[in-house]
Amino acid sequence: MSLLKPILLVEDDFVDASTAKQALQDLRVRNPVIHKTDGEEALEYLKDRNNDKPAMILLDLNMPKINGIELLQIIKTDTGLQQIPVVALTVSKYEQDKLDTFDLGVAGYVIKAVDYDAFLRAMDIIIQYWAWNGLVEKERETNNARL
Amino acid sequence: MRDCRPILLLEDDTVDAMTVKRALKELHILNPLVRVANGEEALVYLKDDGREKPCVILLDLNMPKMNGIEFLKVAKADEKLKRIPAIVLTTSKDDQDRLKTFQLSIAGFVVKPVDYVKFVEAMRIVNLYWTLSELPNSEQESANEKLQANTAGRR
Repeated sequence: MSLLKPILLVEDDFVDASTAKQALQDLRVRNPVIHKTDGEEALEYLKDRNNDKPAMILLDLNMPKINGIELLQIIKTDTGLQQIPVVALTVSKYEQDKLDTFDLGVAGYVIKAVDYDAFLRAMDIIIQYWAWNGLVEKERETNNARL
Repeated sequence: MRDCRPILLLEDDTVDAMTVKRALKELHILNPLVRVANGEEALVYLKDDGREKPCVILLDLNMPKMNGIEFLKVAKADEKLKRIPAIVLTTSKDDQDRLKTFQLSIAGFVVKPVDYVKFVEAMRIVNLYWTLSELPNSEQESANEKLQANTAGRR
């Protein structure tokens, strides 16, 4: 891959957003991370032709203005955006939220762990999966790294 | 995978289907593997209410009769089927295939490594991801159906 597309993080909670960014950094993800704090801001970013389309979107569900499910619906019905995989990253365990997002074409639904180590492990699996999809990249670890 | 419903595999090549089966076994993935040879057969399976809906669909793209993209067009327009995550498992590195299938809301596009050990690693990650991720659980739906059936039986 020549130029790495960004990961778009849509999250209104400041602490949750920092935690997600920290995890992506700890996992040595090479893709730039763009953070938007609600659906409206995210949509503005996505609609602006000057911006790189993200490789994937990590989406919180409960947000003010345009919430996650509304944003997902807009993305998945927009022919210029619908190809972007969206992974819900949420605290919501509601069966209805799962059904609604999968009906709209979500590409994963992960419940946020409160404990950082568990959250990091989950993010690692998400990143490894999307790396196999050719959309995200981790820095190559040198032989003596992380010893 | 997150639950024990079957995995539906659309693969016309018998050797490739066996390789998937072998990898799942090696990874101790207990979900039954239901293999069909093309999109047409997959739709017959999926529309049969007597068969358990799969937790995920793994599909090849190049298949006779109804290929992967044609299958996705039908499945993703079907209210009852569209929610089932579909993951493309292919040797195609074609950017158009990737774009077209992602536009059809697939939940993954994994290029099959030729090397078996690497293929097992890919399947390991696919399994980890779909164990971590929630699935659109039809448990509640089936519970409701059972309840309805019971009520109907009592009438």
